[in-house]
Amino acid sequence: MILVYVDHDRGVLDELSLQALAAARGIDADVQAVLIGVDAVALAPRLGEFGVATAHVGVHDGLTDYAPMAAGRAVSQLAERLQPTAVLAAGSPRGNEVLAHAAAIMDEPFAADCTSITLGDGVSEVTRYRWAGNVFEEARVHAPMLYATTALHVFAADPQSGSAPAAIVEFAPDLTPADLAVRVLERTGGGGGGVSLAEAKVVVSGGRGVGEAGFGPLEELAELLGGTVGCSRVVTSAGWRPHAEQVGQTGTKVAPDLYIAIGISGATQHIAGCKNAKTMIAINSDPDATIMSFADYAVIGDAATVMPAIVEAVRAAKG
Amino acid sequence: MNVAVCIKRVPLSPGRWSLTPDATAIDTSGSAMGWTLSPHEECATEAAVQLIEADGGEVTAFSLGTADSTEQIRELMAVGVSRGVLLETGADEWDPQATAAALASAIRDDATTYDMVIVGTESADTSGYQVGVRIAHALGWPIVTNVKGLSVTGGVARCERVVGTDREVYEVSLPAVIAVKDGVNIPRYPSVPGRIKARKKPIDTVAPTATPARLEKIRLALPPQETGTATVLGTGPEAAPRVVEVLKEIGVLT
Repeated sequence: MILVYVDHDRGVLDELSLQALAAARGIDADVQAVLIGVDAVALAPRLGEFGVATAHVGVHDGLTDYAPMAAGRAVSQLAERLQPTAVLAAGSPRGNEVLAHAAAIMDEPFAADCTSITLGDGVSEVTRYRWAGNVFEEARVHAPMLYATTALHVFAADPQSGSAPAAIVEFAPDLTPADLAVRVLERTGGGGGGVSLAEAKVVVSGGRGVGEAGFGPLEELAELLGGTVGCSRVVTSAGWRPHAEQVGQTGTKVAPDLYIAIGISGATQHIAGCKNAKTMIAINSDPDATIMSFADYAVIGDAATVMPAIVEAVRAAKG
Repeated sequence: MNVAVCIKRVPLSPGRWSLTPDATAIDTSGSAMGWTLSPHEECATEAAVQLIEADGGEVTAFSLGTADSTEQIRELMAVGVSRGVLLETGADEWDPQATAAALASAIRDDATTYDMVIVGTESADTSGYQVGVRIAHALGWPIVTNVKGLSVTGGVARCERVVGTDREVYEVSLPAVIAVKDGVNIPRYPSVPGRIKARKKPIDTVAPTATPARLEKIRLALPPQETGTATVLGTGPEAAPRVVEVLKEIGVLT
């Protein structure tokens, strides 16, 4: 049996966790899920569609919002009781964090961002990302129970219609005040307005070639296409755009239907964050820029003249 | 307030990746290659220096790695780190569990008592997402990871992290471990006087205890190289109508 940590944000299911469920089902038909917090009870039955027969929900008075150390403690306690062959999660910031806590508590190894997993008796073999996916590592994990996360956008969630809903089993984790001390106290900013970069279907992204004053047309195009604006590390380091918009190894990794890279040369640190886009259009004055070998389509030209023309043409096409 | 930062010497990420002949490491023999710090850790150090500038105290940089890691410790001394502790190892890589155990005991056993440990959420090279978390458990301290905003008032660290379009706020009492992300601040550049002072600052060397790797690297591989060529839709503003056609073809524009 494989136990998968399925994340949620105040009762909204994390779609990335469904990729970890797909990876688990590829290894073992017996997949169970663990979710944390009473808010998860309502969404757990839906996991039946993703191959989960039983969903364990950790319920505790102190678990009112995301609490990583407590979640890791709860997952480790459940794993100790159920003895799965592996505990998996999505390689998202939260998935990696909760499994790192669980593995640290159990003093077991943890392999983050795996692209393949082969379980063995006491020794498992994994392939995992280094350098945010620019380099692969083949590794052996020496542990009776494997703790690992799955690299994002490598395994596709595949729902099976007509499956029975997952059965819910509540459990009461044994948590200390220290475990619960690290938890979300409040939320600021954003909140309802705008599209999140990680989940946007269209990302209109600008680099050095756009210039500090050149992001207006990018914002207009993003709005017309129902997407959001991203940028390269150079742009945030220069203070032209907020860090929350940075795409890349140290920023946000995106996998939109369409990624438009404007005035971005294609440094490896940037490519690591956008190479999973379904379609990429590069707009660059340099036809030999590195980004061109990753793009599906290219426009050769300066963002300052090309972007206003594209905005106008898209506006006209929308009527 | 005394702050420990944990930093790691890593290869500069190249434009084109290549591996050593035995495929166990990034090939750093090329003339354009060099060594640097993970970006998250430059920010970790800047955060630590800002805190002691406001409150007094000292920043110590701990690094587990080869003797060459003193180069990165000196770089950070030029921007405000007072002292370095090198946990010197051979050329073989240590796994995250052994690394964290060695760093935690060096921090615990140090003559200075620390109020905070600041690390990067993950290293640039091995990207394991766990050394900070393991240090926190070894010390019995709370940890907040993925931190993009940090302030300390009255012995409490207020941390912000980004989730979607929201910012989550956490507050933990010190001592605590904070794992930051690139973007939590903009690291300063070293000044010339800073570089001169750095040469005289002390670096202690300790010999950590090695344990067999439980996350054992066998070999590295490079993903298939992208050899694709983009279909050129045109040059300059005249390309706009072709762009619109493509947007319609892929269903983004309806």
